[in-house]
Amino acid sequence: MIDNREPTLAVRIWRGDAHGRFERYDVPRHPSQTVLDVVSHVQQHVDPTLAYRFACRVGMCGSCAMTVNGKARWTCRTHVDAVAAGEMLEVAPLNHLPIVRDLVVDMAPFFDKWAAAHGAFAPTTTRHDDFARVAPSSAQRRAIDATIECIGCAVCYSSCDVVGWKPAYLGPAALNRAWTLVNDVRDGEGVARLRAVSADDGCQACHTHQSCTERCPKHLSPTAAIAGLKRRVAIAAIKGEL
Amino acid sequence: MRETIATNARAAAWRFVLQRGSAAVLALCVVVHVATMIYAVRHGLTADAIVARMHATAAWPTFYLVFVAAAAVHAPLGVRTVVDEWLGLRGRAVDAALVCFAFLLLGAGSYAVHVLAG
Amino acid sequence: MNRDVAHQGVNSFRGRRNDARARTHPAYWAFIVHRVSGIGLALFLPIHFVVLAQAIAHPATLNAFLDWTRQPAVKLAETLLVLALVAHTAGGVRLLFIEFVGWRADWQKTALSLAAAVALGCALLFALAA
Repeated sequence: MIDNREPTLAVRIWRGDAHGRFERYDVPRHPSQTVLDVVSHVQQHVDPTLAYRFACRVGMCGSCAMTVNGKARWTCRTHVDAVAAGEMLEVAPLNHLPIVRDLVVDMAPFFDKWAAAHGAFAPTTTRHDDFARVAPSSAQRRAIDATIECIGCAVCYSSCDVVGWKPAYLGPAALNRAWTLVNDVRDGEGVARLRAVSADDGCQACHTHQSCTERCPKHLSPTAAIAGLKRRVAIAAIKGEL
Repeated sequence: MRETIATNARAAAWRFVLQRGSAAVLALCVVVHVATMIYAVRHGLTADAIVARMHATAAWPTFYLVFVAAAAVHAPLGVRTVVDEWLGLRGRAVDAALVCFAFLLLGAGSYAVHVLAG
Repeated sequence: MNRDVAHQGVNSFRGRRNDARARTHPAYWAFIVHRVSGIGLALFLPIHFVVLAQAIAHPATLNAFLDWTRQPAVKLAETLLVLALVAHTAGGVRLLFIEFVGWRADWQKTALSLAAAVALGCALLFALAA
């Protein structure tokens, strides 16, 4: 029973899988309340069957990413006051990923694309070799600085309409990581990675919507990274290296 | 399999190069074309006056042929993406139809230039 | 606890989709303008070539054609066409800048405003002259 003197918040939460529906809950409203607080309240006090993910709850891990009032966000870093449209909040799972249950999505396709874009470091030295020396001021290292902080939360992937329109599109995170590695002078993948990202569903599919850049909680710009890949791939093609 | 990936990668890269290259050419052509149209409309040029000016120098037919060629490359590549993303159509049949569209633009455009500017 | 029925049409494999709430930033509207104007121009271009060739090849009909173009409805259509052309071109130049010269956070909105201003300016020039 909600105390009638307490302010309440109406929240619609997605329940079920792809064939599910929104269900409405009324929760107590507090100052400095985050969306994660709201979801946690429902699970702890109203319906224990609600499935959702979180871990650090302080904006470091990206596990709590969900769609809040239509936009992908980290729920632990989203204050209800900042996003509630009127007194209504809508919480749904991330877009463009299969729904496991309620607010939990299957992240496998996201990471499969990461691998397909050759988003893994390919070493060229062994423990017996000396350390690599990379000047922090070099252009390539500075390019890496702008992209390396990605923690794979899938907010950008969920926000990208090209992902929605082209199911095989590698997506902003995978391509951002590919660009990070393209600029890593220690990496030995070379042209194989450029080939992996050059396709109808690769970097050339980006239309500079900048939804990814708009929503990234780490303030990265996958748009800029993908533009870099487009340039690098184009130059390789012209030089006959692709 | 590796061959296919490399071939597809090259094809996608070249489509990008052609699309952006033709875009740059078109940007220049459009500036000239719009300026010309505004000039013609402002000065109330008649059909005969326009045709006469177009015939006066080889620069005009050359310019418009370059314009037509760039458009014949750019438009089909643009349409290809839209048809894929918004209609869900892709594959060899689509690409063949777009090549036909390219030749249609090239043919009709060249003919129009021939008629207009000799 | 109420139950709302939502008509979501969610595909099991592809998950939920974005709606208009995710498409409110300026760069997205620039994309929509670019795409819609591109589709319009692609449809218009073959017609433009054919009509032009026909009209010029038959001089008697060209002046009749030019008279037809003086109607206000046609003038409006022409102005919209010019707007589409210049908007598509200006937006395209912005994209070429982003992709080849580099992306910089500080001038994104400026570039967009510039492209929009140029497009509207040219269309206005045309409309006033016509």
